[in-house]
Amino acid sequence: MVELKVLLITGRTIDQGCSKEYGKLSEEYLDNVAICEMNPEDMKNLMISDGKRVRVSTKFGSVVVKAKKSRRIRSPGKIFIPYGPWANLILASDTDATGMPLLKGVQAEVEPTEENVLGLADLLNQSYGKAKK
Amino acid sequence: MPVVSKVVCPVCGCCCDDIELIVEGNRIAGARNACALGAAKFENYNKHRNTSPLMRKNGKLERTSLDEAIRRSAEILANSSYPILYGWSSTSCEAVRVGLELAEEVGGAIDNTSTICHGPSILAVQDVGLSGSTLGQIRHRADLIIYWGSNPWSAHPRHMERYTALSEGRFRKSIWRRLLLGWQAESIRKRISRIAGLVFKRGTSGLKESGKERVTPSVEERKVIVVDVRKTRSADIADYFVQVEPGKDYEVLQALRAIIRDEELDVEEVAGVPVQTLEEIADAMIDCKFGVLFFGVGLTMSRGKLQNIDAAIRLVRDLNIRTKFLIMPMRGHFNVTGADTVFTWQTGYPYAVDFSLGYPRYNPGETSIVDILTRGDSDAALVVASDPVSNFPREATRNLVKNPLIVIDPHLSATALMADVVIPSAFAGIEAKGTTYRMDHVPLPLRKIVDPPEGCLSDEEILQKILGEVRNVKRSVAS
Repeated sequence: MVELKVLLITGRTIDQGCSKEYGKLSEEYLDNVAICEMNPEDMKNLMISDGKRVRVSTKFGSVVVKAKKSRRIRSPGKIFIPYGPWANLILASDTDATGMPLLKGVQAEVEPTEENVLGLADLLNQSYGKAKK
Repeated sequence: MPVVSKVVCPVCGCCCDDIELIVEGNRIAGARNACALGAAKFENYNKHRNTSPLMRKNGKLERTSLDEAIRRSAEILANSSYPILYGWSSTSCEAVRVGLELAEEVGGAIDNTSTICHGPSILAVQDVGLSGSTLGQIRHRADLIIYWGSNPWSAHPRHMERYTALSEGRFRKSIWRRLLLGWQAESIRKRISRIAGLVFKRGTSGLKESGKERVTPSVEERKVIVVDVRKTRSADIADYFVQVEPGKDYEVLQALRAIIRDEELDVEEVAGVPVQTLEEIADAMIDCKFGVLFFGVGLTMSRGKLQNIDAAIRLVRDLNIRTKFLIMPMRGHFNVTGADTVFTWQTGYPYAVDFSLGYPRYNPGETSIVDILTRGDSDAALVVASDPVSNFPREATRNLVKNPLIVIDPHLSATALMADVVIPSAFAGIEAKGTTYRMDHVPLPLRKIVDPPEGCLSDEEILQKILGEVRNVKRSVAS
């Protein structure tokens, strides 16, 4: 299996901003937030096309999202996931005593996968179900 | 159909106050002047909505009465030893005020969303100060606009139109003329390229290389610079786009400071940016009459955090020796500035305030919510108008949901799905009135346009009821 080392950046997109107003359980939110924008060259190296699923892993966790070709990421080696529960699942809580966790520029790995992208309710249940007694 | 005008938009920190809403009975049928985000909220806020209070019984959220939900919330808060109260940036200042009173009453830690947004900016401002102004000044006078680590096209869609690049000020013209000429030139270039391709039947790569056409700005026209790690849509309309390697903004800011002090850099590039580009940017900064640097969470959330903002403010301070320059954070939620302001009035501190010792204490890194959660110190939580389960990293979220959790929110958010008590509220600025603060600290009125669903109270009213009930519980325990 091909695996790619990248820098993960999270942030806002206009589609994320609009679809959160439709409700976080909406299809639109899932389609616009559970995605990973990638440089076309990186996608070629991973042998995946637009809309295929990828597993993005950091040392804090991993999550399955859909790959999306983006010309905004001009050089390979960087990926972008919009703010939301999918991105935050793989970020560290440590703040280096500043109050602010590192949410941009985190080292990550991307690999193609056949697993499904989990909807919000399933994602929460799988990640925090045990914590919620 | 009646049109309600001069409505303040309750979405982002721009708080656009020129929205016109078409109201049909008790329903908003359309929004004029709003951006995509504003229109999405005004036209869809009522869809996918929970209007009934919920309580977790046998692991499942079940409907309950408002009184029961309030009573249970008060019990949770009164009986916990270190509760956290979080959110506050998407509600009115009036609700925040009651929230602070409640935090003091229960001896908890209270924090607003600045903590994972512009918290580092606040820390840097406390270190080095900030030269700011209102957005009106900038609209009329600024001739150089810099967006650093900020993508207004996505996060503050009308910021450029109302206050900066695309607005016509009294003394400064927008960049529209240049944009249109540039697009026209681009379209002609593409047409020539297509014809050349057909005639010569071969590649036209030479023509494609010519890149974006630049039209020289006139004296009165503003200039726009965008600095980011990605070529965002905001970057598309900038005169200069500077792409920085992720996590290296600090180096670029310090390099610019050195160039402005006429020091020579003995490297060819800094964080992927050629020194020649930095020199051009530095020249544009020095040559402007009234510059402004808007910075976003691209600086606060990446490596360096508050040090990045510290460097940006120092850069602006250096520039003020040569010209006039301002700096302003691009605040996200519509009332995050108001939350900071009310926190400061009431406690002396803008966020991350801890009442556990009976008096307000402020030490971000210790009393900030992500740190409290990561350490696992808290034993209950109240979340108001926010969705930390969507926005906090995993470990913090796990510790948030494992303890009793109360959510007051009009939406059934990810946090509400994991809560023990959910109290649906009215939307501030649509169904409830109040006060909000624009990103430049100008207070604006939030209006009540339509009635909330039956039984849905405003955040302020719900918090007042919880506060009253907490006092009842404590009195009955004391007696």
